[in-house]
Amino acid sequence: MGRYFAIRIGRAALTIVLVLTFAFVVLRLSGDPALMILGPEAPPEVLAAFRKAWGLDDPIWFQYLDYFGAIAKGELGRSMRDGRPAIQLVLERIPATLALTLPAFVFKVALGIPAGIYAALHRGSGIDRAVMMTAVAGFTVPSFVLALLLVLVFAVQLGWLPSGGQDSWRHAILPIVTLSLGGAAVLARFTRSAMLEVLGQPYIRTASAKGVPWHRVVISHALPNAAIPTVTILGFMVGSLIAGAVVVESVFSWPGVGRLLVVAVANRDLAVVQCILLLVALTMVTSNLIVDFLYGFLDPRLRAKGAHA
Amino acid sequence: MSAPLVEVSSISRSYSMRSGMFGRSTAVHAVDAVSLSIPKGETLGLVGESGSGKSTTGRVVLGLEPPDRGEVCFGGKPMAAPGTQAWRAQRARMQMIFQDPLGALDRRLPVATQIREPLDIHGLGTPAEREDRARELLRAVELTPAHGARYPGALSGGQRQRIVLARALATKPDFLVCDEPVSALDVSIQAQVVNLLADLQAQLGLTLVFISHDLRVVRQISNIVAVMYLGRIVEIGSADDLFARPEHPYTQALVSASPAPGRRSASRIVLAGDPPNPAARPSGCAFHPRCPRAIARCASEVPTLSLVGGDRQVACHLVTGPQAETRDAA
Amino acid sequence: MAPLVSIEGLSVAFNGVPVLRGVDLALGKGEALGLVGESGSGKSVTWLAALGLLPRHAKISGSVRLDGREILGAPASELDQVRGGRVAMIFQDPASALNPVLTIRKQLCEALVLHRDLSGEAVKAEALRLLNLVGIPDATRRLSAYPHEFSGGQVQRIMIAMALAGNPDLLIADEPTTALDATIQAQILELLSTIRREMSMAMVLISHDLGVVAENCDRVAVMYAGRIVEQAPANQLFADPVHPYAQGLIGALPPLDGPRRRLTAIPGTVPDPAHMPDGCAFAPRCALAAEPCRLAVPTLAPIADDRTVACIRAEASRRALLGIAAE
Repeated sequence: MGRYFAIRIGRAALTIVLVLTFAFVVLRLSGDPALMILGPEAPPEVLAAFRKAWGLDDPIWFQYLDYFGAIAKGELGRSMRDGRPAIQLVLERIPATLALTLPAFVFKVALGIPAGIYAALHRGSGIDRAVMMTAVAGFTVPSFVLALLLVLVFAVQLGWLPSGGQDSWRHAILPIVTLSLGGAAVLARFTRSAMLEVLGQPYIRTASAKGVPWHRVVISHALPNAAIPTVTILGFMVGSLIAGAVVVESVFSWPGVGRLLVVAVANRDLAVVQCILLLVALTMVTSNLIVDFLYGFLDPRLRAKGAHA
Repeated sequence: MSAPLVEVSSISRSYSMRSGMFGRSTAVHAVDAVSLSIPKGETLGLVGESGSGKSTTGRVVLGLEPPDRGEVCFGGKPMAAPGTQAWRAQRARMQMIFQDPLGALDRRLPVATQIREPLDIHGLGTPAEREDRARELLRAVELTPAHGARYPGALSGGQRQRIVLARALATKPDFLVCDEPVSALDVSIQAQVVNLLADLQAQLGLTLVFISHDLRVVRQISNIVAVMYLGRIVEIGSADDLFARPEHPYTQALVSASPAPGRRSASRIVLAGDPPNPAARPSGCAFHPRCPRAIARCASEVPTLSLVGGDRQVACHLVTGPQAETRDAA
Repeated sequence: MAPLVSIEGLSVAFNGVPVLRGVDLALGKGEALGLVGESGSGKSVTWLAALGLLPRHAKISGSVRLDGREILGAPASELDQVRGGRVAMIFQDPASALNPVLTIRKQLCEALVLHRDLSGEAVKAEALRLLNLVGIPDATRRLSAYPHEFSGGQVQRIMIAMALAGNPDLLIADEPTTALDATIQAQILELLSTIRREMSMAMVLISHDLGVVAENCDRVAVMYAGRIVEQAPANQLFADPVHPYAQGLIGALPPLDGPRRRLTAIPGTVPDPAHMPDGCAFAPRCALAAEPCRLAVPTLAPIADDRTVACIRAEASRRALLGIAAE
């Protein structure tokens, strides 16, 4: 069990280093931040001073080491726009994002998992078909299309809800609904196929043959097994709590981390982008660790095998 | 008895098995000092339970895996190193058939195309000749050209195994290793395939290694039978004689465990314990923890195969033949 | 004596395709009945249908009576009393027959709590007794282990322990040794026969292996394409099979001793259930088939004490058998 986690934590650290390296390389390759921030008309000496101030004239490998050195010390740099610490800018936005993603997560789970279980237990029934059709629709329609549709119907046509902004709880309804529907669809599909897979297993028949009433077969024999694949997708959803709302925040002009990211990328505000990426990588990696821990908890075979998976 | 086509001298093959990613690796001796000699045109049956090393032996004999020690000679010449030109030439003369014909066939191609494939790969004959050969092979396995146009999914298990057999015979091999070829088939279909294999062997003068856990089928098709336990041969001899008078306690238990209509289970020898784990091989004779007749010596000393009379060789301290007796007397 | 279980006209269809086409079978108290046939012959489906273990879309008709009481289509609560209680079942693949995420204790005690008036420590004590009975060494410690920590043979022993939890009158063993090595198969079969004797329990042994059935059963029923084609005491069936299919099956089995002979393979393959031939389902593969065979489905008819056969050419095939013997 100890080794199982040691390996996973090692892998998590490696993932974070790779993400940071990727962010470093892509952003340095995609344009000169000095030009982006100061504009093409800036005099050359101003540009040079800017580059010197931000260390942009150092050799690239030096910048790379410096970058990791700084991160290791907890210095995530300052925004090139307004000079404030990047981490502070990002942290300010997190509550706004969580205000959307946390309720959406709850709705996804509350809607998707029971729908998937129900559909699997009543396979082929009208309700199964309806759930699956809704799920496929929710799965295939991109979130910006769904968002615009919802705005069109509830904001423009019916005028019930605001189309954007962050002034009251009513402003949060459409973004949350947009986020929930897609995720619930994905969860419903996953849960349904996991349940169907499990219900077809010989041990389910064994339980029935023992005389275990059907509802108990479902609850104590099928669900614990179906939970194993479902946890994977749940972990992914937890991982995207911070940065999973980029599109939705943009459409509804919601001032969360996602919108900050979009603006920072457009402006080549390196420190802010890196800071967000680090945060995203950390949440993803943490949620993966939680998933691995849950696997070990749910599946005794993994516990015994240790590092095999 | 004609000269041996395949001569296996003291081959060993071990795998390293790791428990976990950073776990200590242990060597698993899948095959340990196995020697076999298969006369041309005859069939050697290999029997044993899971973990006995019978499939690995088949793969090493066929040159699919190199032995760690020992040597396999084919037609009097040692097997060339895998991947070389000489190895490919030797390999074209030998083929293998597995238990699961569906896994061995490509579901997206008509079966006649798959029978022709080895000919296409080796560029044997003109396209028209290959077409004819494929039809001839279909006939040889008692199927029609109409079957050839079908996809594997549209054939029954027995028909698929015939297709696999036809494809194996396409390059006119001398030597065929069959690994549990009929185990997945129903009894009546199994009989069809066993009869077919025997007929083809007689017609084409094939030399066979027939690997199976089913003693009845093995006896039906084999001239010589080798019984394996944990990577070693514990008994070898001519098929009829070996099953009629098994000498090794393990062979006796296997034969007595094979259920027979008309016999009640009263006389059955039931061995205690699970089939052995190749990763934790007992000392001395690997069979001693389950052996009803084991003595102290069995736990410490590995018995070697020795002739006990006729062509029978047995690896057991308790079974002594004329040779062993003379040695003791001397 | 009234039969323990009697099945009459049991038919099952999946999506309109008949897989069981009228099975009649009776089983006495304490009797060991063998059910042989090839894959798809319906030997497992018969018992899964009888116990209501088939998927919902299976169309089932006929009658299954346990001690005279109809259980086919009985309410779920009643069936749950029968299943694992009066009738227990074990299956082929031990590796997947136990729930991988639950301990042995949980799975064993579940059955005990359902069918026995036990609670608390008594449940655990009984679970231990059952594990000892089926020969699981170190049972106290092993109770908290998971299925993957046992070998295939041990898992099948645990399955048997679970089946015994409800003190059943009938154990249905569906290919219980097919996935096991020969020496382990011998262990499991011996365990089954010991337990059956001690508990005077009836058993249905479903197997494709004629040898296994012959050695372990009093009476054998041979199934082909969803029907029973011959039924006889085990020794008589193997010494003197009457139905051409039963003869074929026995002829296809290679002998383990005596002179080798060419196997008498049955030509062709099992008919597709969606396209059953008219008349006798075996006629297209039968060497004795005549015109009348293709007209009507033959019914099981008695030919001797305790022997029935479904073949209108039964007499003809008898003569043929004698003819071969006279050569």
